[in-house]
Amino acid sequence: MAQGSLVAPSPSAAFEAEQQPARRTTSRGFWSSAWRRFRRDRVSLIALGVLLLIVIVSAAAPLIAGHILHTDPAQFMRTPAGRIATLQPPSTAFPLGTDDVGRDVLTRLLYAGQVSLAVGFLVAMVSLGIGAPMGLMAGYFGGWVDDLINAVVQFMINIPALFVLIVLSIFLTPNVVQLALIFGLFFWPGTARQVRGVVLSARNRDYVDAARVMGAGNRRIMVRHILPNVASVAIVVAGLDMAAAILAESSLSFLGFGVPVPLASWGNMLSVSQEMFRSAPWLVYPPGGMIFITVLCVFLVSDGLRDALDPQLAR
Amino acid sequence: MVHRFAAFSRREAFLAKWVRNFLLRRLLQSVVLLLVVVTAIFFLIHLTPGGPEAALANNPRTSPEEIARLRERFGLTDPLPVQYLRWLTNAAHLDFGRSYFYSRPAIEVVTERLGPTVQLGVMSYIVALLGVPLGLLAAMNRGKLGDGLIRLLTTLGHAMPTWWFGLTLIVVLNSLIGWFPNGQGSGGPWQWFIYIIFPAMVLGLAALVTFTRFVRSEVLEVLNQDYVRTAHAKGLPMPFVTTAHVMRNALLPVVTLLGYVLPTVLSGALITEYVFAWPGIGRLFYEAAVARDYPILLAILTMTTMATIIGTLIADVAYGVVDPRVRYA
Repeated sequence: MAQGSLVAPSPSAAFEAEQQPARRTTSRGFWSSAWRRFRRDRVSLIALGVLLLIVIVSAAAPLIAGHILHTDPAQFMRTPAGRIATLQPPSTAFPLGTDDVGRDVLTRLLYAGQVSLAVGFLVAMVSLGIGAPMGLMAGYFGGWVDDLINAVVQFMINIPALFVLIVLSIFLTPNVVQLALIFGLFFWPGTARQVRGVVLSARNRDYVDAARVMGAGNRRIMVRHILPNVASVAIVVAGLDMAAAILAESSLSFLGFGVPVPLASWGNMLSVSQEMFRSAPWLVYPPGGMIFITVLCVFLVSDGLRDALDPQLAR
Repeated sequence: MVHRFAAFSRREAFLAKWVRNFLLRRLLQSVVLLLVVVTAIFFLIHLTPGGPEAALANNPRTSPEEIARLRERFGLTDPLPVQYLRWLTNAAHLDFGRSYFYSRPAIEVVTERLGPTVQLGVMSYIVALLGVPLGLLAAMNRGKLGDGLIRLLTTLGHAMPTWWFGLTLIVVLNSLIGWFPNGQGSGGPWQWFIYIIFPAMVLGLAALVTFTRFVRSEVLEVLNQDYVRTAHAKGLPMPFVTTAHVMRNALLPVVTLLGYVLPTVLSGALITEYVFAWPGIGRLFYEAAVARDYPILLAILTMTTMATIIGTLIADVAYGVVDPRVRYA
């Protein structure tokens, strides 16, 4: 029964094979066909749209605040009577209310988006920048290189990250970029693991052997033949890293050890005593809601990308 | 009979040998890890400008003489290597020095707070284990409404920041019934329960999502196995196939997850305890971080690192015991 596949293709298959070039004159590349698959997935497409909207609105924060709201993230708002407007509930003057020192919540929410998104993106890039080469080397060379990198990964995974991050934050008092770098140090092991897995399966493919027989060196094989396999996984992992980093940054900032205070991030907007939220519940929903929606969209886009980039997985 | 026994004991011997070798290697790794983490943190604390007494010096009410006296008392005047070695030998005896804030041995303060954290942790594991029936339900109804709903909920739960879930719960409870859990309830079991269940829900959510997804994919994989098709083909009733073949094979690896989610639970405990003013070690760590109480910080850090290591170690061993294929890899 198994021999059936060794026999010449059935007449109808041969006919199709002949017909194909006539039907489509230009062959579709990997990325354009992936995009076609992605476009078919309604949920991912909507998530991508919402995500882009959040990015654009956050990037345009100075414009929106300056020209539409006429506010400033550091400015203390005043009531018509001229007093500082602390803890004002949402109204036409302050669409999302004001916080405990009288700053406009909507304005800060917009600016905070820049910080939270930038941290998430930077962490994903750092994680990819360290993790992908590490995973590539571990998977490709094997032997002691693999053992060494595995040991480091194992080591990093066993560190109680949040506890260590708090201690690091106390002593290094990092700014936003430094914070992202520190986060990246805790994120790359996951990326390295994933990449290593892909490399391990790609390393023994026939075309890699063929390339080696033709005299290609390690570097050429890694860059030209293995890296393209890694690319799709790397993009998905970077997305998941970004989502996880936004969540982690918000936790640390919420505890007061993340993004330093005058600067707003979605996490540190709520790092005040919970007693206040009993009297001012409107302060609670917007920042967390933004994180929730953003992270959800990043997850959904990553999921969609995984399905689109890996046709074998698609169900 | 004799032959069968011989085969059996050979397998047992192999398993025992694997567990021993594995444990030995990992134990060595663990000791190194613990040493590196603790050493790094120790030097970080002592090499930063200001050093451990920076918080004291910032207080305008402490005079320079007083700081000098305190430095003497906490042994901060000795050369750094001496301090380090003394700290290390003491830490090996679980003596992390005296808390700056409580003026009592740090380990004493920490162990007092251990109880509430263990209670909260166990409770959150119980919440998380609800993910097992959820995952099973989703897999058995793959592609149907139930599966869709459960997958939607896990996706939403995955994207929810722990601290925000807690805060929202507090605000909603407060506006609905004018009450929210704050601290640990005293009094009867019911009091205890209503104070612990909300933080436990918040803490357990992340693990619940992990459990649900894991069980769903495990069950789906087992459902595709030949032996399940065979069981169906020979006419076994559906409930029997589910319990005897699918659940038995799919749920065994769940045991390993209990260890793997421990780091998540520990980090989550820090946030949850802060939000709900739960008097555990997570909250203590936060307070110590704010007060720059280094003996406490180092004690908790050492303990959580150890707990993480033990958690993953148990998980890895369990994985090898449960799934023989792992041992040969």
